[in-house]
Amino acid sequence: MLTLVVNGQSRQVDAPPEMPLLWVLRERLRLTGTKYGCGVALCGACTVHLDGQPIRSCVTPVSAAVGRRVTTIEGLSARTDHPVQRAWIELDVPQCGYCQSGQILSAAALLARTPAPTDADIDDAMGGNLCRCGTYQRIRAAIHRAAALARGRAR
Amino acid sequence: MTVRVSRRALLGGGLAAGAGLAVGFRLPGRTARAQGAGVFAPSQWLRIDRDGLVTITNSVPEMGQGALTTTAMIIADELDADWGSIRVEQAPADPRRYANPVTGRQSYGGSRGVRDHIQMWRRAGAAAREMLKRAAAEAWGVPLEAVETEPGVVVHRPSGRRLPYGQLVDRARELPVPQAPRLKTPDQFRYIGKMVHRRDAPEKVNGRGIYGVDVQVPGMLVASIERCPVFGGTLKSFDATAAKAVPGVRHVVQVSHGVAVVADGFWQAVQGRKALRVDWDEGPVARVSSPLISRGYAALATRPGRVARDDGAAERALAAGGRVHEAVYEVPFLDHACMEPMNATAHVTPEACVVWAPTQNPGGSQAVAARLTGLPPAKVTVHTTLLGGGFGRRGEVDFVVDAVETSKAVGAPVKLMWTREDDITHGFYRPSTYNVFRAALDADGRPAAWWNRIVGPGILIQKGMAPAGGVDGAAVAGARDIPYTIPNVRVEWTLKDFGIPVGFWRSVGASQNAFITESFVDELAHLAGKDPFEYRRALLGGSPRHKGVLELAAARADWGTPPPSGRARGIAVAFSYGSYVAHVAEVSLAPAGVVRVHRLVAAIDCGIAVNPDQVRAQMEGGAVYALTAALYGEITLERGRVQQSNFHDYPMLRIDGMPVVEVHILDSGAAPGGLGEPGVPTVAPAVCHAIFALAGRRVRRLPLTREGLAKA
Repeated sequence: MLTLVVNGQSRQVDAPPEMPLLWVLRERLRLTGTKYGCGVALCGACTVHLDGQPIRSCVTPVSAAVGRRVTTIEGLSARTDHPVQRAWIELDVPQCGYCQSGQILSAAALLARTPAPTDADIDDAMGGNLCRCGTYQRIRAAIHRAAALARGRAR
Repeated sequence: MTVRVSRRALLGGGLAAGAGLAVGFRLPGRTARAQGAGVFAPSQWLRIDRDGLVTITNSVPEMGQGALTTTAMIIADELDADWGSIRVEQAPADPRRYANPVTGRQSYGGSRGVRDHIQMWRRAGAAAREMLKRAAAEAWGVPLEAVETEPGVVVHRPSGRRLPYGQLVDRARELPVPQAPRLKTPDQFRYIGKMVHRRDAPEKVNGRGIYGVDVQVPGMLVASIERCPVFGGTLKSFDATAAKAVPGVRHVVQVSHGVAVVADGFWQAVQGRKALRVDWDEGPVARVSSPLISRGYAALATRPGRVARDDGAAERALAAGGRVHEAVYEVPFLDHACMEPMNATAHVTPEACVVWAPTQNPGGSQAVAARLTGLPPAKVTVHTTLLGGGFGRRGEVDFVVDAVETSKAVGAPVKLMWTREDDITHGFYRPSTYNVFRAALDADGRPAAWWNRIVGPGILIQKGMAPAGGVDGAAVAGARDIPYTIPNVRVEWTLKDFGIPVGFWRSVGASQNAFITESFVDELAHLAGKDPFEYRRALLGGSPRHKGVLELAAARADWGTPPPSGRARGIAVAFSYGSYVAHVAEVSLAPAGVVRVHRLVAAIDCGIAVNPDQVRAQMEGGAVYALTAALYGEITLERGRVQQSNFHDYPMLRIDGMPVVEVHILDSGAAPGGLGEPGVPTVAPAVCHAIFALAGRRVRRLPLTREGLAKA
């Protein structure tokens, strides 16, 4: 039995230690907001935070998460009001939406360490997150918008 | 049996799986009573309860195009509903009530969501509004003409009386449904043509939206299928001993598409697949590799094809001499690579079958499940979940077959999931084609003759949707209907199918035919010594809507002024799926010859733009889809096997390659055109024409990686 701290709650999971965190989150804990896209850390759809750092849960064994804080899209905010989520809604970023949990967690981690990112910072931080619908232009704008919201300059 | 859907998702305008029912709209003289007390349901498209909650049933699968919002906008506009009192649910599979009125099928492709349904939905909304008005007029004892509506309320201005829709439900449901209600004039639109936010954005930013892969059914197992690596191969034998020993693996069963490993979870199922020993009869496609395909096409291109168009006497004009130009263009197979790999969930029992699927084809899913189970369609329920991308791939029902067969075989609900590798290696690919062009220029440099022979597979023919001996309409779309005024035009098409499955890939025939035809026009402009924009413009006298978007894109891209230093511009125009689009690409080449697209200026005439911001979104997305293909996209075959398998060797555009995309909507006032597909075709040619302007190098083969012009 492994003990994980997911979205602030302690959870007991009976899973092989090598099982990727992604499948523990999705199938054992029923946190399906984290998506499977490639299984080999190429698309970013499975991005979650491990102690605040964005990681690809599809290649992270669940054992590596024991004793650390896991944050998924479901735990990013209680009322869908994290500045990144607010900006995403305001600018109508999602299309199919499948990649957006991962995009949002990558963006939230970027803003946590770089509150006023440049376009180059955004390219660097978001380069691992694919969007087949092609929402990149809005993602870029929404990250700038979220930065402004987080700084409280937003009206 | 229900999908786990949060209450928030249900009420927040999201996708309600397991949608409710409403009465038929087209039954003449019917009143709106069948729904039961307290509910006014004048058609299958909407119902209103006593609290004034308006439930709109959306039949078009939400695959990113915003159907949950746009459908509601259209119906709510004519209904004059209050946008804050609406919920939207997804229609169940029931072609009798929900089929596309133009195609007659409950299957969605061809960018048909708005353009095929808007009149029907407007009438549904208008009929309900007329009934509510009549109900209020009767209640007040005033003439119908004396009442009007505000959102969610009928008002009688002379007396100041008001009745919310919810309070009129019981009276309205007794009235006959008007079959020819008066529609609004465009100046009366409240939602159509305005910027309306996506209703599904909240559930797509908080993880609560339910896609196919997220479906949870009590007692459900998760399965994954080991497939023959070669198309058309068949199973000889398999040994499941080791697979069954993998912890969590419950069953190993043979199904049509291979061997299904059924487990407690997806990861265990994949571990089980790795332990399987399978012997395949690879069949004849095992002899097929990409060089063989290219050679086969090229050989056939020297022989006459089937005539798709023959205006004038192109061959005689070419033989007459003058300036004759010839070129050959090749495009590769392409995979859809939806972000959500293929999947479906099914629960088959002797009495019924329930399917949950991210499908563009609910009607086809129902039909195939009925066939596989032997149940009548009425016993097959299909819930359409959110789709993690569609692009034409999800019009296929292969993944529904997988789920239904596996559930039937193991006697339990089964979620059947594909890996990314399954997804890329077992697709229905955009056809590869080989294309020969010849043209003769007159003394002014205008084309006197245009001759084009296309060789490749036919999607419609391969699927049995068109006669095998004819011209496949999808293969020549955008090629036989070039918009330019040319006196002699001949277009031929030659079928060559190597057994590689082909399918409808965002913009279908236009995806390659706009590239090849527009590139050849660009070549002719260069030969004629003319500006590529002016050259096209002069030939578009018979195609005013093409000309309109061409001029708009050129103007907004400052075509007449030099681009920033080190950059060049290319232009292209095309029609597809009911809309006219032109792109201007602004491109530079890095010292190593690597293309950088800085700016794409798009102009679209899609007729009435129902939700202009989502028009922009589709054009932005189309640009990325097209750039990905132009830069990197190529599926190749070796011994009948797809050589690409994941995003390392089938790469996608990433954010660092994203150009600025500017979208300009030309308001022609025409009936709505499509939007999902038309943003794709003109991007690749515009980019390649800019490369020619920069470097004098004509790109006649995609992708650009293969030409050394993009990083692999």
